[in-house]
Amino acid sequence: MNADTVRAALHDFITRDLMRDPSYTIEPDEGIITGGLIDSFSLAQIGVFVEEKFGIYIPDPDLTVTKMNTLDAMVARVVRDVK
Amino acid sequence: MILTPSTREHMTTLLDAAILSDDAPDQIAFQLIASDAPALTVTRRGFFDSSRRYASALMAVGVRPRDLVVIAHADLVESVAAFWGALIMGAIPSMLPTLTEKLDPAIYQRHMAELVRLSNVRAIITDQAHVSMLAHYLVCPVYGSDSLLTHASAICDVSHVASAQEIAFLQHSSGTTGLQKGVALSHEAVLNQLASYAEALSLDDQDVIVSWLPLYHDMGLIAGFIQPLVQGIPLVLMSPFDWVAHPALLLRAIHDHHATLCWLPNFAYNHMAGRVRAHDSDGLDLSSMRAFVNCSEPVRHDSHHKFIERFAPNGVRANQLAVSYAMAENTFAVTQTRTGEAPTIDWVDQQAIQTDLQAISIPSNTLTAMPQVSCGRVIANTTIKIVDLAGHTLPERHIGEIFVKSDCMLAGYYHRPDLQPFDADGWYATGDKGYLADGELYVIGRSKDLIINAGKNVYPSDIEAALADIDGVHPGRAVVFGIADEREGTELIAVVAEVDTDDAAVRKRINQTIRGTIARRSEITVTFVTLVEKGWLIKTSSGKIARGANRDKWREQFGER
Repeated sequence: MNADTVRAALHDFITRDLMRDPSYTIEPDEGIITGGLIDSFSLAQIGVFVEEKFGIYIPDPDLTVTKMNTLDAMVARVVRDVK
Repeated sequence: MILTPSTREHMTTLLDAAILSDDAPDQIAFQLIASDAPALTVTRRGFFDSSRRYASALMAVGVRPRDLVVIAHADLVESVAAFWGALIMGAIPSMLPTLTEKLDPAIYQRHMAELVRLSNVRAIITDQAHVSMLAHYLVCPVYGSDSLLTHASAICDVSHVASAQEIAFLQHSSGTTGLQKGVALSHEAVLNQLASYAEALSLDDQDVIVSWLPLYHDMGLIAGFIQPLVQGIPLVLMSPFDWVAHPALLLRAIHDHHATLCWLPNFAYNHMAGRVRAHDSDGLDLSSMRAFVNCSEPVRHDSHHKFIERFAPNGVRANQLAVSYAMAENTFAVTQTRTGEAPTIDWVDQQAIQTDLQAISIPSNTLTAMPQVSCGRVIANTTIKIVDLAGHTLPERHIGEIFVKSDCMLAGYYHRPDLQPFDADGWYATGDKGYLADGELYVIGRSKDLIINAGKNVYPSDIEAALADIDGVHPGRAVVFGIADEREGTELIAVVAEVDTDDAAVRKRINQTIRGTIARRSEITVTFVTLVEKGWLIKTSSGKIARGANRDKWREQFGER
């Protein structure tokens, strides 16, 4: 699985399921949580999604606003562990 | 000894709290846990000593009894010690939120400055890192706890003798509107509440309370902080920020500490059911819990159902799910279901609720049947009545506004003699709609526009005011309302704004600005942003934007996409 696939899946999940606005395009470096697109509750949801979709368990200390605030950061964190 | 109505006479003020007594100094007062740090344990003696250091330091810097001291501190251990320190020396503490990475410092400063001015705040205690951010903008002294505590002395000679009737502390609701209404509670009222509530919960000294709730919210402050410390029940605390991102932390705490009681707003049941990873919950034993008390936003049958299904393997059963109806104006609880029993589910005809304002029982398999979850009966020394628009008390199963009268109500709104909370007979009109059936209360909605989003009170007018400054949105042409959401188990926030442009890039920038502005201003996340053309919004005959009518129109056009 490559970074583009991960990015597309995360983008789709965040806009459709969390923002409930599939027409929205998230910029790679846009502050997703600090910009108010999703709330910090959704971080936990992203943890669940990533585990179900990619089989990756992101430990709690990595699942924070600082470390997961942009699409770029999320993709990098997921890709790091993709087998 | 647990404070109950029968032992009530043994305590006069909060300073008689178990936590401040000389008994069992090595007993655990509370523990602080975190997802990224080892647990921190504070004993009664340790708590007593650190609270007294705050008390002596506050006196040394000139804070006097009856002064208002605001605590907005990022560290929970320091916050609770500062709060009790202020109580010990006779000041009036109030917990407020701290600045977070999302909030705009300028707006936070403005809110605090407004609070200081309106309520004549004497001092603010914060963490050292936030002192300079606040100090320049406020007319009262701002103390970082480290520098404040350099004034602490070994002797804490308090001359003030607290009386039962004097104000103990204030509770503030969120937002601009909330800051302007500090709920002032006397020692007597708080102790009356704790006594009656302990009886309703069958509280005993084997209980252990866990809480992730913020201390500036009534549920966190009373149920998850004042109650355990006054009653001498061990408390396991965690930061709300840590819990929202790592919901399994609460379950781990229950397992590790054999916890028995915990208070949660309705959305938290959905949050944990949907967002705790199997990896994090496997093997956890939650069977020690006597009650997960659902409180502070409308209770949904479906949320309980999801929670039980998800955590049945961990020992969660329906009889562990309890419900309370509570509000800061009554110190906290008004009603409570019996612990050890599943709350009563009343299946009623949805149509009759809307058209006849009546809750008519019908079989659960009927098409229009809707489950209402009972909030239980009133706690001791509290009465409620259901009142129609003309002010008449209604019989059972008739829907009207809930009125409360008790021995644990607010003394008043602090420094707001213009806001009279009670009618001539001492009743407080809650603004909530509900009905009684077999003596149990069912809450079905509100008569005001207030949105409860994830347990937080959100005033649409506060958000609408923030939208007025956004480029591309015409002042007075935006509306905010709540949309009940089944998946989240709470109300989500929707913004509808009239804009003139069709340019996709400009519209996106407006969308981003709306979301960003609200997040920075209030720590609230808007889920739905809908931009509409000029003339879309429905106005009342007096030219005001009608929230209800616009919500209905929005639901018809954009809902369930």
